[in-house]
Amino acid sequence: MDTLLAEGLRKRYGDLDALDGFDLHVPAGVIHGLLGPNGAGKTTAVKALTTLIDLDSGVARVAGFDVRTQAGQVRASIGLVGQNPAVDEILGGRQNLVMFGRLYGLSKAAARARADELLDVFGLTGAAERAVSTYSGGMRRRLDIAAGLVLTPAVLFLDEPTTGLDPRARNEVWTSIRETAARGTTVLLTTQYLDEADQLASEISVMNHGRVIAEGSPEALKRKIGGDRVTVTLHGPLDEAARALGGTVDEETRTITVEVTEGLAAIVRTLDALDASIEDLQLRRPTLDEVFLTLTEKEPVT
Amino acid sequence: MTTLRAGWIITQRDLAHWVRQPWGPIFGLMFSIMLLLVFGFLFGGAINVPGGGDYIAYLLPGMMALSMLFGVESTATAMGNDARKGITDRFRAMPIGSASVALGRVGADMANSTVELLVMLVGGLAVGWRITGDAVAAALAVLLLLLLRFSMLWIGIFIGLRFRGEGATSAVQVLVWPIGFLSTAIVSAETMPGWLGAIAAWNPLSATATAARELFGNPTGVTGGVLADHAVLLAVAWPVLLTVIFAPLSARAYRRLRA
Repeated sequence: MDTLLAEGLRKRYGDLDALDGFDLHVPAGVIHGLLGPNGAGKTTAVKALTTLIDLDSGVARVAGFDVRTQAGQVRASIGLVGQNPAVDEILGGRQNLVMFGRLYGLSKAAARARADELLDVFGLTGAAERAVSTYSGGMRRRLDIAAGLVLTPAVLFLDEPTTGLDPRARNEVWTSIRETAARGTTVLLTTQYLDEADQLASEISVMNHGRVIAEGSPEALKRKIGGDRVTVTLHGPLDEAARALGGTVDEETRTITVEVTEGLAAIVRTLDALDASIEDLQLRRPTLDEVFLTLTEKEPVT
Repeated sequence: MTTLRAGWIITQRDLAHWVRQPWGPIFGLMFSIMLLLVFGFLFGGAINVPGGGDYIAYLLPGMMALSMLFGVESTATAMGNDARKGITDRFRAMPIGSASVALGRVGADMANSTVELLVMLVGGLAVGWRITGDAVAAALAVLLLLLLRFSMLWIGIFIGLRFRGEGATSAVQVLVWPIGFLSTAIVSAETMPGWLGAIAAWNPLSATATAARELFGNPTGVTGGVLADHAVLLAVAWPVLLTVIFAPLSARAYRRLRA
């Protein structure tokens, strides 16, 4: 049975279909990525699944409970980490976790024990008593995630957990998310970053205009949207090389951008054969823009 | 988890704020005391109380009522901040009763205002204000003041949930002043132009201030009219009416977070 199930969810805000037939099936124990640009409906989907908003239509079940008729049971089975760190800034990290623990029904002693455990797991023991307002962005996020795990929920919802974080903080948060999933919690992660979904999720749903437009493992999706891109800066016959590789030329920077289909070696061999000397070579993932362009081109126009 | 227990845990969160950042509430108290001194000694000498009596004795219950009104600001601000920052959403995604969040706010703000009243009582006694009525009446005066604060709570919760923004908070901060001054809290309505005095007399704040004056045994500055005859009744009726209007509106605003 799917731990997260959504079928035909619809939610309209004025003229905007925030959710327009949103479907999702997530089995237990995995990290599922919900990838999409700003305004795609990711946050609305999370709010619907966490009982925060009423749906216009559709069926959603979380951990086996209906979000409409069994909201209480759903709430007792989930942790929610919203887009902005929703922790009390005046209180210390430990005070926050104890408060949330007690709200989940733990006794004072049990809430304290759980708080200490989580502070340890998230590397915040040293900052436990400090006011959260003195925390770095990454620490705040980790505390925020810890607060979503007080209960050891069946499902953890993470809404763009690394937006606005520097690369180091992002890595810390990624590690926390992986560890959470390793302990058996199902994670639904929304993100705008392809590499984040790629790094963490075993399955990805790509979302646009309120519904899922593509679904699959990161590998399958990447096959669908094309492989990595390589940008080479050349000394030599630029146009000839671009024709041979099937790439696009930027005369000014003397670069060619090519999709990597048969590996880097093939590209280097082709350039070698043309006597072009490679000054610089950069391999990168397709950007989210490129992903959406590819996917929406394939989508029939409605 | 009962709603009451969850509400108490959320109240404790706010009480912990005082321990962490005591300067906020302390400045609030100092502000009340400053107003008391400004009106009592700076302006007070030029103010006559209709029907006779000492201005400090007249002023103190009015200042207490005024500070209950000003409480609407802190309620709206705290509620709006939590809603905007997503803390309210975190509470809403937890298995606690839907009234817990409001109850937590009620508990914290009533505690805060009770302390504020006590400080003003002591401060008032220090500057020469006296309770000349009996102890039961004085206790009733304190209860009526707290009842006014209770009704302000629901207005604050409604504004905080409904508008959730800095703009609404600023609007409340500005509006409490004319509403506060257009009452008998600081000067008697009988010294105002007739039409203005009529509005001031009907201000819910005036009912509480006048009732508290009567019960503390202080000069009321009211020599006739409905306020003179039924101050205590009005001081019960106004807050009850405001609560009956704004508590359901607050509940509705909370439900509409789901829209």
